[in-house]
Amino acid sequence: MPYTADKPSRAESSEQLRARIPGWGADLDPRMRPSVPKERFDPGLNGAHWEFPDRQPETRPRERSIEHAFLTPVFGTSAPPKGLSGVIRRYAYRRFSEGRAAHWLLLLGADRVDAVESHLASFVTLRPDNPITETGVVAEPSHHPVASRVGQKRADLAHLPLDPVLVVGPWLLAGGLVLAGVRAVVRAVRR
Amino acid sequence: MRAMVYRGPYKIRVEEKDIPRIEHPNDAIVRVTLGAICGSDLHLYHGMMPDTRVGTTFGHEFIGVVDQVGPSVRNLVPGDRVMVPFNIYCGSCYFCARGLFSNCHNVNANATAVGAIYGYSHTSGGYDGGQSEYVRVPFADIGPTIIPDWMDDEDAVLLTDAVATGYFGAQLGDIVEGDTVVVLGAGPVGLFAAKSSWLMGAGRVIVIDHLEYRLEKARSFAHAETYNFAEYDDIVVQLKKITDHLGADVAIDAVGAEADGNLLQHVTSAKLKLQGGSPVALNWAIDSVRKGGTISVLGAYGPMFSAVKFGDAMNKGLTLRMNQAPVKRQWPRLFEHIQNGYLKPNDVVTHRIPLEHIAEGYHIFSAKLDGCIKPLILTAAA
Repeated sequence: MPYTADKPSRAESSEQLRARIPGWGADLDPRMRPSVPKERFDPGLNGAHWEFPDRQPETRPRERSIEHAFLTPVFGTSAPPKGLSGVIRRYAYRRFSEGRAAHWLLLLGADRVDAVESHLASFVTLRPDNPITETGVVAEPSHHPVASRVGQKRADLAHLPLDPVLVVGPWLLAGGLVLAGVRAVVRAVRR
Repeated sequence: MRAMVYRGPYKIRVEEKDIPRIEHPNDAIVRVTLGAICGSDLHLYHGMMPDTRVGTTFGHEFIGVVDQVGPSVRNLVPGDRVMVPFNIYCGSCYFCARGLFSNCHNVNANATAVGAIYGYSHTSGGYDGGQSEYVRVPFADIGPTIIPDWMDDEDAVLLTDAVATGYFGAQLGDIVEGDTVVVLGAGPVGLFAAKSSWLMGAGRVIVIDHLEYRLEKARSFAHAETYNFAEYDDIVVQLKKITDHLGADVAIDAVGAEADGNLLQHVTSAKLKLQGGSPVALNWAIDSVRKGGTISVLGAYGPMFSAVKFGDAMNKGLTLRMNQAPVKRQWPRLFEHIQNGYLKPNDVVTHRIPLEHIAEGYHIFSAKLDGCIKPLILTAAA
């Protein structure tokens, strides 16, 4: 009990645990633990044969955090910014440091704009987005959808109904807006 | 090549993409033979991580065969079988020189607050990941390691993140002989953290989750005592009761951004993206550990603010320790533990899914169908 000085007695001794659990105490000595101490200065340890790495060519303007002194010598080149979402992303990087909530909120907003832009763009390709196959829900029937959920004390079941709303909701909203727009145009033409 | 491609929240598909090319003299191109979906990939999949762009390929757990190397690569040649840590790092910056590989300053142009990670949004550097047939591996002389002949491929792929992260998390707990350790979350990382706590000499290991099949795994795989938080009105009170009202010595958060257990916290973060993550597990850790105790945070959170109970942490005099795992630093000792039979990583694998069906794999993992704990991804290029 915390109300007196003694530590609570243990249910099992170290000898009992060593006998029951393979490897118990193998790293009891902190010197056996590879991340102790946290920082261990040894610049030769990692196999780097440079003091500063060669610079990767910047073949297009690369957005970067304004907390960096310069573009890092190596950087990722996946999915360059594009469209309206790209404009928002570049602004977020150019204007706000990582310490500002605006930086992250703009990037999150750009992600949503990117998804809308990309879905719309897919409809003029030979492979339009398919929310049925892309959400993977086709796996449901063959992977115990009822037994995995019913009769289980799963805390996530409380918000499970929100998932389809989040996935299908924007599609229904967009479809409704398109329908309303088409109706408005038809009405205007008939007049 | 065939690659998983993100199409927006909850939506992915497999597309034909160009095989990556050498972009830096120390790059390698690796043909992926086995990959995995990590619990933290679900944060991307659910649209929680800022700057996750449509067209990105996820995947930071993979092994493969070296296909091409850049002109300055000395340690690898085409044909080598390699395991690749999830961290991308230069080996020479201030942080790498001190062993903080996950905090490398030379590889992530987009942020200084995080190092670079394969396939983990532009916030983590904008690199494509290994849920594909080929992947660009920067600093090929630094991160990748040739897979030992004796090592199983499934064990190797799990060492690229989940095993190393769990093992690292137990070290962050500064466990001393006889300590009571509470692990929040019985996913792969939580299971490995629980297992590793015994290696550090814990006297008691308690695992908390709400998925009964995972708690069963915690009992059989990690020899842990388990509690389903959904069965208790207040899991913190239960943890106090079972620790003589003292609290645990160490608590490990192996859940992160999408923690359940508090509907408001979950919905405002995972659904409405108003927080960097749902800190339910972290707050339970703060409240259930004893005064003066240590908290180890392994769960991934986004860069935005989260409603964490720092007042309690301060008033209790807690030590909070956390980081992305510097994976390769863990490997030599983990190799020994595997060879000694103390760890068998692939015991946690439940699903093996072809790349072409990865959308179903994400859904199964996300919806926790079919007893899913750890899904691996099989590429056609294997």
